Amino acid sequence: MSDQPLLVAEDLAKYFGARVGCREVGFELYEGEVLAVVGESGSGKSTLLRLLSGQSEPTRGRVMYRMRDGVTRDIVSLSEAERRFLFRTDWGFVHQDAAAGLRMGVSAGGNVGERLMAVGWRHYGKIRSEAETWLERVEIDPARIDEAPKVFSGGMRQRLQIARNLVTSPRLMFMDEPTGGLDVSVQARLLDLLRRLVADMGLAVVVVTHDLAVARLLSHRIMVMKEGRVIETGLTDQVLDDPREPYTQLLVSSILQV
Amino acid sequence: MTTEQTAILRLRDVAKGFVIHLQGGLAIPVVANVSFEVRAGECVVLGGPSGIGKSSILKMVYGNYRIDRGEALVADGGEVVDIASAMPRRLIGLRRTTIGYVSQFLRAIPRVSARDIVAEPAMAQGMGEVEARAKAGELLARLNLPERLWSLPPATFSGGEQQRVNIARGFIAEHPLLLLDEPTASLDAVNRAVVVGLIADKKAAGTAILGIFHDEDVRERVADRIVDVSGFAAHGEAAA
Repeated sequence: MSDQPLLVAEDLAKYFGARVGCREVGFELYEGEVLAVVGESGSGKSTLLRLLSGQSEPTRGRVMYRMRDGVTRDIVSLSEAERRFLFRTDWGFVHQDAAAGLRMGVSAGGNVGERLMAVGWRHYGKIRSEAETWLERVEIDPARIDEAPKVFSGGMRQRLQIARNLVTSPRLMFMDEPTGGLDVSVQARLLDLLRRLVADMGLAVVVVTHDLAVARLLSHRIMVMKEGRVIETGLTDQVLDDPREPYTQLLVSSILQV
Repeated sequence: MTTEQTAILRLRDVAKGFVIHLQGGLAIPVVANVSFEVRAGECVVLGGPSGIGKSSILKMVYGNYRIDRGEALVADGGEVVDIASAMPRRLIGLRRTTIGYVSQFLRAIPRVSARDIVAEPAMAQGMGEVEARAKAGELLARLNLPERLWSLPPATFSGGEQQRVNIARGFIAEHPLLLLDEPTASLDAVNRAVVVGLIADKKAAGTAILGIFHDEDVRERVADRIVDVSGFAAHGEAAA
């Protein structure tokens, strides 16, 4: 692992006309680090995720990414083809709605194998056996490899989306509310799976969530956003156990205890 | 300099308070002017009545609570790091290599077995999985946790069982500084004695220990010095 950050956000801002999406956001992310971005709807966290992943261009500032060849590039300067290749290989993106990250009518094996083909795998038998291995790693019975995700439960779809993302051994994952909309017991299973895979693979992760329990379980560091700005940042347990800003105190005190 | 004289932790004029914004910015001073040191191979016990800020001091040293003023200097190999100003990434590294912490309550992780929870800090320091799991088993056996529980997630364990998992997790790795927040609070006499033995082993290996022990008998058996936290009361000092 390198001593250089993998991803650097420098003074990022995004305006939609006069409206602020986010502003003055800066941080460094290293390999193996999980950063949670928390805040309520409209706080700018999803806008930030789109800027970081090159899906939208910042009004100000830049996003630097250290490519596999060791060269650090400005995401905006990448060609469309380069960006797409990055997305199919070195990056993963886990959407809240699994349907946005999967091909719902294509078999589970096809969903996983497609990413392998994008990085040059051609041998059908090898692709299929790698897909089976990944289904097992995300706790989907490999016997269901030929079924399409449209017949899967919500939790299974989300696990399949994760397998599809991880099969090319990316170094950076973006996650947008990965457990949103799932039953609590399904959430716990998914979180545990994510936690293990992220640690085993030494992934860098930016996870956007409004759920502080998700942030506590998955992340090392946390950024609290409000009205487009980062109002508090630090070690996850420090921010959650000793919140300093009024808004963070409100968020933390709003968690239901069981 | 002999090992016994090396300060592993040195606090200088540390102060901490909370400001509760939900109650109109109510300032709650906790401690001020906290200054003491802990050397390699010694066990320093924080004394004083409950609510005086003993746990807060441990949490500040671990980076769990922020330090408002002063320095908390930790020897990390040849370097000295100030916890009060260290970047999160540095703190994460220190927790892996240098500072161990046994909190009062175990934070169970869904679906992770007791044995794996214990093995994790040793693996983070580079021990192989087989060896780490074996060592986890030895510690759990020494703490009299029935073997049938080792493969279960501790969420449903009793308080005393969870605490023993937590202790094993804190003692398995080789941290030069170990913070203990009432590790014997819900243990019976037999297991209290086991913990006293574990502490003696760590001291003999040169670990610096900073702890809180309400049990007088345990305190007398492990403490080399007692630092009375009542002396650091923050009389009406506004928090930063």
